[in-house]
Amino acid sequence: MELAAKHFKANASKALVDAQLQKALGNVEKGFIGKRQNSIDALPEFDALRDSSRDIKNHVLAHLDLYLEEYEAKVTASGGIVHWAETAEDARRIVLDICKKANARTVTKGKSMITEEIALNDHLEANGIEPVETDLGEYIIQLRGEHPSHIIAPAVHLNKEQVESDFRRVHTHLPEGRDLSEPVSLLSEAREVLRQRYFAADVGITGANFLVAETGSSVIVTNEGNGDLTQTLGKVHVVVASIEKIVPTLEDTAQILRVLARSATGQDMSVYTTFSTGPKRPEDPDGPDEYHVVLLDNGRSEMIGTEYQDMLRCIRCGACMNHCPVYHVVGGHAYGSVYPGPMGAVLTPSLNGIEETGQLPNASTFCGRCEEVCPMRIPLPKMMRHWREREFERNLTPTVARYGLKFWAFFAKRPKLYRFAASFGIPILSALGGSTRRFRSMPMASGWTRYRDLPAPEGRTFQQQWAQREALKQEAKQ
Amino acid sequence: MTLANSEAAGQPRVGLFATCLVDLFRPSVGFASVKLLQQAGCEVHVPVAQTCCGQPAYNTGDRADTREIAEQVIEAFEEFDFVVAPSGSCASMLKKHYPGLFKGDTQWEERAQRFSDKSHELISFLTDVMMVRDTGTALEAKVTYHDSCSGLRELGIKEQPRKLLGNVDGVKMHEMKDSDVCCGFGGTFCVKYSDISNAIVTKKVDNIDASGAELLLAGDLGCLMNMAGKLKRQGSDVEVRHVAEVLAGMTSQPPIAGSGK
Repeated sequence: MELAAKHFKANASKALVDAQLQKALGNVEKGFIGKRQNSIDALPEFDALRDSSRDIKNHVLAHLDLYLEEYEAKVTASGGIVHWAETAEDARRIVLDICKKANARTVTKGKSMITEEIALNDHLEANGIEPVETDLGEYIIQLRGEHPSHIIAPAVHLNKEQVESDFRRVHTHLPEGRDLSEPVSLLSEAREVLRQRYFAADVGITGANFLVAETGSSVIVTNEGNGDLTQTLGKVHVVVASIEKIVPTLEDTAQILRVLARSATGQDMSVYTTFSTGPKRPEDPDGPDEYHVVLLDNGRSEMIGTEYQDMLRCIRCGACMNHCPVYHVVGGHAYGSVYPGPMGAVLTPSLNGIEETGQLPNASTFCGRCEEVCPMRIPLPKMMRHWREREFERNLTPTVARYGLKFWAFFAKRPKLYRFAASFGIPILSALGGSTRRFRSMPMASGWTRYRDLPAPEGRTFQQQWAQREALKQEAKQ
Repeated sequence: MTLANSEAAGQPRVGLFATCLVDLFRPSVGFASVKLLQQAGCEVHVPVAQTCCGQPAYNTGDRADTREIAEQVIEAFEEFDFVVAPSGSCASMLKKHYPGLFKGDTQWEERAQRFSDKSHELISFLTDVMMVRDTGTALEAKVTYHDSCSGLRELGIKEQPRKLLGNVDGVKMHEMKDSDVCCGFGGTFCVKYSDISNAIVTKKVDNIDASGAELLLAGDLGCLMNMAGKLKRQGSDVEVRHVAEVLAGMTSQPPIAGSGK
């Protein structure tokens, strides 16, 4: 997708008045938060698991080169092929080559944010290969020509009436009078349509939630089973995953799985957790003839050793956006980036540069709820602040904000002058507040008064009144 | 009320960090803080060399100005046993964020850490350090309490104000839905992203109105001004005060953004 992060503010404002979207977003708050809470309330060791999950990933990131090499060796030993892709372009080229060699006309796809990151679908289409998304949410947004608005619930911005009308528009081979009023009927119809596509597909492309170094396995978690059909029915299975998905052992995978689904959907486990190791062996009844892993860097190795390294612990559960008050009111598309919400506000500048993406780490109240719920204990607000620092150093902070801040700081650093100015200005402002003790509008503060009244100062400043009180006390003593 | 201080033989000397918003907009919160601290057995001082904790600069990415302001604050309060601020967000700035500003600077690192160790938010200082259980005040009111984000998530302030309010004669708690969700203030966020801030505070005041409370309390003036301004704009009758005003029994001033009755 085209990066539109610099239009965040305008897109957010549009989203705020989109009644349909606002209704759909209500489901994020209602659905995810309570379910997550219930599932972790039932698991007393949840916080301890978060700590150990964090430690596992920290250990991996400290020895990433070694684990990647071990992983590659194990994949090779099991008959698979690892392809190293430094950039998104490299990854696109590698996947296309594999598809061309397989003479692929259609490819099925399991849900994968990495293939969104490298804009794989557009590239395949441009080269005459039809990608078919098989996750229900992904399938819906593909029909609509949209991108995911949430990393685990890509169509969360839509309601069922919209999906029904899309299905009627696209599935013209089905009877017009069919009943599609219930979500389950929509699901059945999508299943039926997709079932044929699995068998017709030459290549199946999935992402990976984990890459296990000790076995060379890729792991996906899904609720619909679509990923399994995608990766076992095609002649070729291509896994596209970024380098930080590595975990050392199966035991480590099991640890992190315990926090993943709970944080994401409030499930103890997702319905399907599938481990794939290499292509079909002679004794296997089914499976792909070829097994490829495209390992994507795309800027990640440059994050290692920087203040953004912790971001590479992310397991893409979506808890941060599920709990974000900003995401709740603007939705995912407003961010104009592949990854929305708090994790996107940190990751997107790392992947795309801060020049075009500065809005994202600024659009946070720093309420800290994302960090509070993050299963990997990623300090998201802190890293957003670091991006603001990088912006400030490079004079990318908007001019008005910059000068406003410098003006304020000039006084804040000079307490005497500050007290002097406040002792004049504040009583005047207080008097202007009149009998209502508030302002309905105020020049220079329209950002505030456009939507709320501004309380007037009580009167003289606390410092003024305190100084007078202390002086009177002194006098009384003498 | 209970007085307890096992730490020092004499009265602990407390430097009150009033915060810029209390200084400029609501001095009564400063006086309420002084009263509560004195009642708890503290000797209270208000250093004149204080302006702001530096959050506007810190959260805009301006590390240089933040550090200069932090040095100024640390110096101004160095002589006191404790630094107390009637704000979770400012107190968290002093306690949780100042040390990081001086990392690697041997001269300042230790000073900043000592300063951090003795810095506290007002209500949690009263309950957790001075062991205050009851402020000995009364107010007939249906009250709801908003948990401001920094106090809640960075300092763990949740039960402390509720415990003290529970011992104010006549106060009836009406918890609102999502009391721990952000009000949309976020410092400069509320003017930089006013449309988004408005959407968030609109949800918040809907929850406040639905709680059935007639008085909204919180421990941070920024959030309070945001919520009070929105409540007034929507024509709500809910009054708004800093929790310290109620605990200190100092509610003669008109409420925030209100003209009084």
